[in-house]
Amino acid sequence: MGGPLDAPVLLTSRPPGRARPREVDVVICGGGNAALCAAITARRAGASVVLLERAPQYMRGGNTRHTRDIRIAHVAPNAAATGAYPEDELFADLLRVTGGETNEPLARLTIRESTGLADWMAEQGVRWQKPLTGTLHLSRTNGFFLGGGKQLVNTYYDSALRLGVQVEYDATVRSLELDGRCITRVVFETGGAEQRLACGAVVVAAGGFEADVDWLREYWGDTASGFMIRGTPYNTGLALKAMYDAGAKRAGDPRGLHCVAVDARAPRFDGGIVTRIDAIPFGIAVNAAARRFYDEGEDLWPKRYAIWGKLIAEQDRQFAYAIFDAKTAGRFIPSAFRPERAGSVAELAVLLGLDPPALVATVAEFNAAVRPDCDVRLGALDGCGTAGLIPPKSNWAQRIDTAPFYGYPLRPGVTFTYLGVEVDAQAHVLAQSGDRFENLFAAGECMAGNILSRGYLAGFGLTIGTVFGRIAGVGAAQYARA
Amino acid sequence: MLELDLTAELDRQLSVCNACRYCEGFCAMFGAAQLRTAIGSNDVAYLANLCHDCRMCFDACMFTPPHAFAVNIPAAMSAARVETYARYAKPAVLRRLLATPRNAALAAVAAGIVVVALAIALWAGVAALWTPQLGAGAFYRVLPYLAMVVPALAVTVFGAVCVVLGVRHYARDIGAGIPFLTAAALWTALGEAVTLVYLKGGGAGCYDEGRGSGRRRFYHGLVFWGVLADVAATCSAAVLQDFLHQLPPYPLLSVPVVLGAGGGIALAIGAAGLTLVKRRSDARPAEPRMIALDNAFLGLLEVVALTGLALLAFRTTAAMGSLLAVHLGAVAGLFVTAPYSKFVHFVYRLVALVKNASERTGGSS
Repeated sequence: MGGPLDAPVLLTSRPPGRARPREVDVVICGGGNAALCAAITARRAGASVVLLERAPQYMRGGNTRHTRDIRIAHVAPNAAATGAYPEDELFADLLRVTGGETNEPLARLTIRESTGLADWMAEQGVRWQKPLTGTLHLSRTNGFFLGGGKQLVNTYYDSALRLGVQVEYDATVRSLELDGRCITRVVFETGGAEQRLACGAVVVAAGGFEADVDWLREYWGDTASGFMIRGTPYNTGLALKAMYDAGAKRAGDPRGLHCVAVDARAPRFDGGIVTRIDAIPFGIAVNAAARRFYDEGEDLWPKRYAIWGKLIAEQDRQFAYAIFDAKTAGRFIPSAFRPERAGSVAELAVLLGLDPPALVATVAEFNAAVRPDCDVRLGALDGCGTAGLIPPKSNWAQRIDTAPFYGYPLRPGVTFTYLGVEVDAQAHVLAQSGDRFENLFAAGECMAGNILSRGYLAGFGLTIGTVFGRIAGVGAAQYARA
Repeated sequence: MLELDLTAELDRQLSVCNACRYCEGFCAMFGAAQLRTAIGSNDVAYLANLCHDCRMCFDACMFTPPHAFAVNIPAAMSAARVETYARYAKPAVLRRLLATPRNAALAAVAAGIVVVALAIALWAGVAALWTPQLGAGAFYRVLPYLAMVVPALAVTVFGAVCVVLGVRHYARDIGAGIPFLTAAALWTALGEAVTLVYLKGGGAGCYDEGRGSGRRRFYHGLVFWGVLADVAATCSAAVLQDFLHQLPPYPLLSVPVVLGAGGGIALAIGAAGLTLVKRRSDARPAEPRMIALDNAFLGLLEVVALTGLALLAFRTTAAMGSLLAVHLGAVAGLFVTAPYSKFVHFVYRLVALVKNASERTGGSS
């Protein structure tokens, strides 16, 4: 082996008289929230730690870069969140979004441990801020960290580097070498050369596989070609594959993915939060044939926005269009791109590449079904639904008749995948045979499916990552140094 | 960057920010930008001066280059501030001094020193430049009081009028014709300015050497309070001389000397510290034209502070005459170039803060 991993700091920690020669106590595969929490915790527990981040330094942090808040249970207001959010309430919220499908002991553990996270994060240098504009509904349940996820990542890297964690960027994990149920080496690639790093324990916290469109195609067929990937292009699931190759047991639905409506003009990868389109409940959504296809006013948008990615994925060429008029423009958080804008519905259709007569007919049909004189209130279920229209718009139905007319082209945007590995309460990865790997731990998105099997609970992915990152870090350090 | 391009570019970048909002805890600029669905050149003039260049938003942004969104708010805002200083410089013909700040500062200081030295030579003879002078009125035996105070007042009044005219124009533009100055807004803005609250980065500090720190705010505070102490020293000396009829030099433990020396030391440390921090900072969120303005102005302040301290230290020696020429020449250079240097930043910033305070309380839009 050559390169920086020969640094003597690693060799000094090799326990004397140990059968297996070792270059480092703990290897962390991944470089986002869960990986950093594991690295910091393992290093604090006395282990030497190497963190392998696949991305270059400027892209470090995986999809944590795009986060902004973490869900925490608490009995009284603290630095991060207001009011009280009892553990049972958080658990009930989790049951609601997953339809009851969760590993209860792991879920309860995560929620219990979440109560200490505000303080622990502050100890690492994380600063809390008021909820961002438009997120007041989360102020009780979620803590917002100053500057968002990349700032969180920067703070954790800073903390990890100060503690002496060795960080390798541009390091792609290829495989895990096994001796029975024990990982002996992590094989990774950096600078075009393969390295085999002998270690005492391994934590895999490398996210999901949503950036590997070919892998998505295995479960989604050609529909996957129409997906935009909202996060890092480096989450291709290589470390997840390495665990499967080593015999790890799968957890979560392979077709499971969180998918929302994003601006079709966004870059294919890494558009983050700024390409999300929240316009749908304010007007109508049509497909490439300029036909409506789903109830835009079914429920409050925060409860429904996450179904629209899959709804659009089912449409021809995975395209849809949000159409609204001057009455509702400016009523929702804008996206990074301005909507198309025209003086008439037909001109708007031209701008969007839709058939003008078809869009004019759809809008006219919708307008005719709107109940006149209904008091439209955008903040609540107002019951202002259409009459005799299929599909209906159950709330906030008002005529699209006031120029200028606006439209956003939409595509499905994948936030994350649910497929991962099964773990126990010590974050040990379980093997297909049912027993557990002695020294392989998992944290973050690649095991979150054990708890959040489906649906979405804002900020809870980070909760799982932070809690299990810390558990994995402690477990890996203890195993490696025992 | 052309002004129109800059407006279009900030309109593009801020539409990303308005969709994201992760940075709104750092400063008031992001909240103000969110109130605007489209950004025009007057919005740019306002928002750019509301930005205090703490640069935390660059560190926090996942869309900085080489990302396709290429968001770099601090660099674009700095460029826009340079445009502000030029656009509102009065008389307009002198705005070109802003394009070559180092040469302007050097030339002004050199000219100032030559003029003061010539005046000394004409009044008291060349030998006064290296002859010790002791006792009350020592300075005035080298250069008469009126020869000091009349040009100083003339330059100050001229500069103040130019700055006021420029700022009035600026305030009209960013207010879109609607007055926003209220006592409450001014009070809030003064509080924010004096505490440099927006150099706190919401608690994270300023992003300089790879992470947030309080260094910039600390050194900036030293410069600010140092300058204020020196102004107070000058005023107190005027009181001693004109009302109590005590002529300088004043004893070490007098009000003018304590304020002046304290202010000079603070200014010297602050200007040097700021220069060093800026030099070591990540260059990506910086704008070269603003760096040039910063360096020239901080260099001038440093020269004024050090020559003032040297004059105090050696005022009883043969060097007093020469040091007086150098210090007064440097002060003259600072005052003459002030309306066309980084000096003006605080005036525009204060007006932007007043506008922001007024906007937040619904005073105007």
